[in-house]
Amino acid sequence: MIWETVRLAFTAIIRNKLRSFLTVLGVVIGVAAVIAMVTIGQGSSAQVEASVEALGTNVLIVRPGARGFGPSSGPPAPRFTTKDAEALAELSTVQYAAPVVSSSQTVVAGGANTTSQVYGTTADYLSVQNWALTGGRSFTEGEQKSGAALCILGQTVRSKLFGSADPLGETVRIKGLSCEVIGLLAVKGAGTFGQDQDEVVLMPARTVQRRLEGNQDVDSISVALRREVTAARGIAQVSEVLRERRRIGLGQTDNFSVTDMKEISSMLSGVSSVLTSLLSAVAAVSLLVGGIGIMNIMLVSVTERTREIGIRLAVGATSGQVLTQFLVEAVVLSVLGGVLGIVTGLGLAWVGTIFMAIPFAPSGAIVALAFGFSALVGVVFGYFPARNAARLDPIEALRHQ
Amino acid sequence: MTPPLIALRGVTRSYGTGEAQVRALDGVDLTITKGEFVAIMGPSGSGKSTTMNIIGCLDRPSSGEYLFQGTPVQGLSNDQRALLRRHALGFVFQGFNLLARTSALENVELPLIYKGLPREAREARARLALEKVGLQGREDHDPSQLSGGQQQRVAIARALAGDPTVILADEPTGNLDSHRSHEIMTLLQKLNRDEGITIVMVTHEDDIAAYAGRLLIFTDGKLTRDETITPRG
Ligand SMILES: Nc1ncnc2c1ncn2[C@@H]1O[C@H](COP(=O)(O)OP(=O)(O)O)[C@@H](O)[C@H]1O
Ligand SMILES: [Mg+2]
Repeated sequence: MIWETVRLAFTAIIRNKLRSFLTVLGVVIGVAAVIAMVTIGQGSSAQVEASVEALGTNVLIVRPGARGFGPSSGPPAPRFTTKDAEALAELSTVQYAAPVVSSSQTVVAGGANTTSQVYGTTADYLSVQNWALTGGRSFTEGEQKSGAALCILGQTVRSKLFGSADPLGETVRIKGLSCEVIGLLAVKGAGTFGQDQDEVVLMPARTVQRRLEGNQDVDSISVALRREVTAARGIAQVSEVLRERRRIGLGQTDNFSVTDMKEISSMLSGVSSVLTSLLSAVAAVSLLVGGIGIMNIMLVSVTERTREIGIRLAVGATSGQVLTQFLVEAVVLSVLGGVLGIVTGLGLAWVGTIFMAIPFAPSGAIVALAFGFSALVGVVFGYFPARNAARLDPIEALRHQ
Repeated sequence: MTPPLIALRGVTRSYGTGEAQVRALDGVDLTITKGEFVAIMGPSGSGKSTTMNIIGCLDRPSSGEYLFQGTPVQGLSNDQRALLRRHALGFVFQGFNLLARTSALENVELPLIYKGLPREAREARARLALEKVGLQGREDHDPSQLSGGQQQRVAIARALAGDPTVILADEPTGNLDSHRSHEIMTLLQKLNRDEGITIVMVTHEDDIAAYAGRLLIFTDGKLTRDETITPRG
């Protein structure tokens, strides 16, 4: 008899296609929205955390000009030179210090060209950035000193210029300068601000200064502090040395800034956790909307279903049999909706994470939560009106409206 | 002596409370024995349907006693009443009460499902019942594709498919033309005579009531006349 009842439930589902479809849709919307939003939110958090990790432990960025945003008053602050970087590298708190001369250039190889960031720096830059090579080698001391025409390509530049071919030993041209490709950087992915960090070409600082920029300037210095050193101590020592080198007297303000990357990243983590909460709130609303949708459909069909219950009772069904049928119906529709919702939600999240270039890491807990809630709503609203009707005398159920 | 099939003792049924209270039934005493064919007549609102619903265990009396084969029905649980409906009673409703978007065949099969008949047996019986009411070839139509008269015949087929002890029919020919009405009455009379099924039927038409062997007249919730008649046909 139980199988008969289950069969009756399936028959009713198929017979009432629109009602079944709308119920399933309600569950799908709720489940999919929650899963997609929370997965994307968590992905972007994970992305921020990953880029925080990638920054290494104790990285300082030193730039000329006073700290802060917006135009500064007074004459522009003097630039740094590679000598400044070398001086910082000598300090007891500093492990590596790499000068960075940055410039945006069109890079040409064969028929292909692309616009990329070109960083003039030293081999230490890779250590500061915790960045590995997947092929070739880095610059030697001698090549850095002489300003050799060599370059290391980021993965985006490599694939734009060479496709899947091996670029090592090939030549690229930048502003008329022919450079030999000696190394390939590992994939780094999107940066904290969503920029493509693999769209980059590294060259010796001296090469960029002399051949591309035509000056001795260094735009910033990336400093990696020693492990055991606190950021505060490192910043103090770096600032002291730079004040001395730049001849800033007592009581005069710094004409350079030292930024602790940790500070920026913790700020970003904060932003991203706010974002995740926001997405979760939106998701909760979608869940509610889906739930109300299910509720409506169930309540709208209560009249018809009450009469159906009356008919079944009149021809000899017990209220238990009627309820089992309705429960099976509600469970089947909710589970179907839940499964479709999970698939849709994960699909949307996956597409979203690809577009946003963030990691796709769905959480089982969220999937379970979304599924559980929607299934609960479906079952509760499918079952309870039926329970009330099944308790009536058949004639009352038949008379409903 | 075996108890009568149906016995109502001082049955009343009231709707509403206080000033607005309506007495649909006002102290009805009635005994129906197995194998009878009873016609109920009376003006609209006189309590005919209410009586049928109470006999059919779809409704309960406000006071008084209803004994089915000697068993007081008011002492039964909901499930026991459901079993009584399932095994002993077949109902033809005034308003058909067919399941929407459900074929004629499946509608007729419905009571058989709850009787626990295997699929083939109930399909065969449902087909036979539909054939008896002249609906062969309409098995797959759902109620919206059938005329009022055809729906009524599906409802009759559903009542008789379950092979009940009693068929309760509330205006079973109300939507049928005279030719069809007499066909259905002949069928009911045949079920009554050949299979011993007790039939209680409400009607407004004298020539339909004439198929019965006993005529009850209701007026204002009371049974005002109860006479044996010679059935036609
Ligand atoms: N559900 C109900 N609520 C209130 N009054 C009802 C209800 N059902 C029937 N009645 C009243 O009870 C009386 C008898 O009704 P019924 O048995 O349907 O009469 P009929 O003889 O026409 O079949 C009528 O006055 C009717 O208005
Ligand atoms: Mg009536």
